[in-house]
Amino acid sequence: MLQVQDLHAYYGKSHILQGVDLHIDAGEVVSLLGRNGVGRSTTVKAIMGEVPPHGTITFKGANIAGLPSFRIAHLGLGYVPEHRDIFPGLTVRQNLMLGIKDPRHPGKWKLDDMLGMFPNLAARADTAAGVLSGGEKQMLTICRTLMGDPELVMIDEPTEGLAPIIVQQVGDLIAEIARRGVAILLVEQKLSIALRISHRVYVMGHGRIVFEGTPAELKANDAVRREWLEV
Amino acid sequence: MLELIVISTLNGVLYGMLLFLMASGLTVIFSMLGVLNFAHASFYMLGAFFGFQISRWFGFWPALILAPLLAGALGAAVERYGLRHVHKNGHVAELLFTFGLAFAIEEIVQIIWGKSPVDFRVPPLLDFPAFTLFSTNYPAFKIFMLVVSIVIFIGLLVVLKRTRIGLIVQAALTHPHMVGHLGHNVGRIFMLVFGVGTALAAVAGVIAGPALVTQSNMAGLLGPILFVVVVVGGLGSLPGAFIASLLIGLVQTFAVSMNGSLAGAFGPLSPDYAATWLSDIWNVTVAQIAPIMPYLLLVLILIFRPMGLLGTRDT
Repeated sequence: MLQVQDLHAYYGKSHILQGVDLHIDAGEVVSLLGRNGVGRSTTVKAIMGEVPPHGTITFKGANIAGLPSFRIAHLGLGYVPEHRDIFPGLTVRQNLMLGIKDPRHPGKWKLDDMLGMFPNLAARADTAAGVLSGGEKQMLTICRTLMGDPELVMIDEPTEGLAPIIVQQVGDLIAEIARRGVAILLVEQKLSIALRISHRVYVMGHGRIVFEGTPAELKANDAVRREWLEV
Repeated sequence: MLELIVISTLNGVLYGMLLFLMASGLTVIFSMLGVLNFAHASFYMLGAFFGFQISRWFGFWPALILAPLLAGALGAAVERYGLRHVHKNGHVAELLFTFGLAFAIEEIVQIIWGKSPVDFRVPPLLDFPAFTLFSTNYPAFKIFMLVVSIVIFIGLLVVLKRTRIGLIVQAALTHPHMVGHLGHNVGRIFMLVFGVGTALAAVAGVIAGPALVTQSNMAGLLGPILFVVVVVGGLGSLPGAFIASLLIGLVQTFAVSMNGSLAGAFGPLSPDYAATWLSDIWNVTVAQIAPIMPYLLLVLILIFRPMGLLGTRDT
């Protein structure tokens, strides 16, 4: 579904991505692991065109490298950025409504569905989203992207800075998304969630993919874990 | 005295609403595109001149509709074919672009319509006194101006708060990238906002043209006051721009109508000062310093509340 080949990206003069190759099939849950600063977020940003990409990126057979992000979104690729960009002045309900790309063709995720899944959000449906807690904001950004009915959603560091109980909830939500057949590219630092729900994992180091395999293979591979993941 | 207060308040609110028609566009464009549009007042001037020309050909009422549409289309084109290409060179380039545009528009207006005021008159239908208060005849056209600005203000509010496109605009004010990731065409929204913003300025031009003077320097006269409004209200804040517009409208109209001076207030206490070198300052009337009042307000705001009355960002 998503094919990335020899992807390079630069911030000014620094060469952040040095030839990333990865692929995700329909309905697959894939995690992109690695320490801070190895280029995981940059990979996702380059795919969305937020950082200028150099290389080949195809989504459902179409070349999307460097397209404006709204076109990429319309092809069915959703993106939840790491900084939880909710629209603070709008209500929770309005935030969710803006996730819908075309009100004439709503997708399989319904507003009531979302609010039903998260009683916290339902209780605050008509308050400004700016006052939500960090965990609620994270749920809201993920749900908002789902309202656009993506076939693949890329989620960047959803559990960063959240309390363990909320991390558990975010994990459940991601598992639920996968259960409904949406492919996921999860950028994470916490191994627990990634290993629990992924079909396949990539490990990044120094702007490249250094390991690819199943969660079981990663668990068995002490050398990779020690060199690229453990602090 | 009561007459003065009532008439000045009416005039002040009217002037304030006109300022808001322009400041609202300016402040929204600033929040979304991050660029202070120096040419914004030029679209107000274009509105007045287009209005003048079209009312010559077809009458005032078609002009009231057509002139803003024309100016708005021009504004949208400026965003699409000008600013969008300059954008990648950074904010300084954008600022210089709008600065140059303001000069270009002024020169073009002078080439076509000349430097002296054109004869843009109140339409006969509205050329009568609406009511007589004490001894002042209040012109119907001014009431019409007030009604038009209030209707547009309410319309703007409804569109922003109640429609989907309004919500997208609000979202794009703070998070343009995220709006793009959700599949909304941010470029087209920018163009739309620029077009509507400049069209609103042009509406102000069409209705202010007959009441004030339609001349090629009208953009230059009004532009600086607009920036004061936007800064005092808080860059990027619509409610702030509304309050600041009314405030500055009222401050200026009241100041113009006051004849008080320091000598008038304190003179009897110490007549000696009147003869010294201080006498110049002593005898300046409030009306004489009215034009600098907005800037005085600007300085005070920048000292005590740099983010503006309702601003959120401190840059």
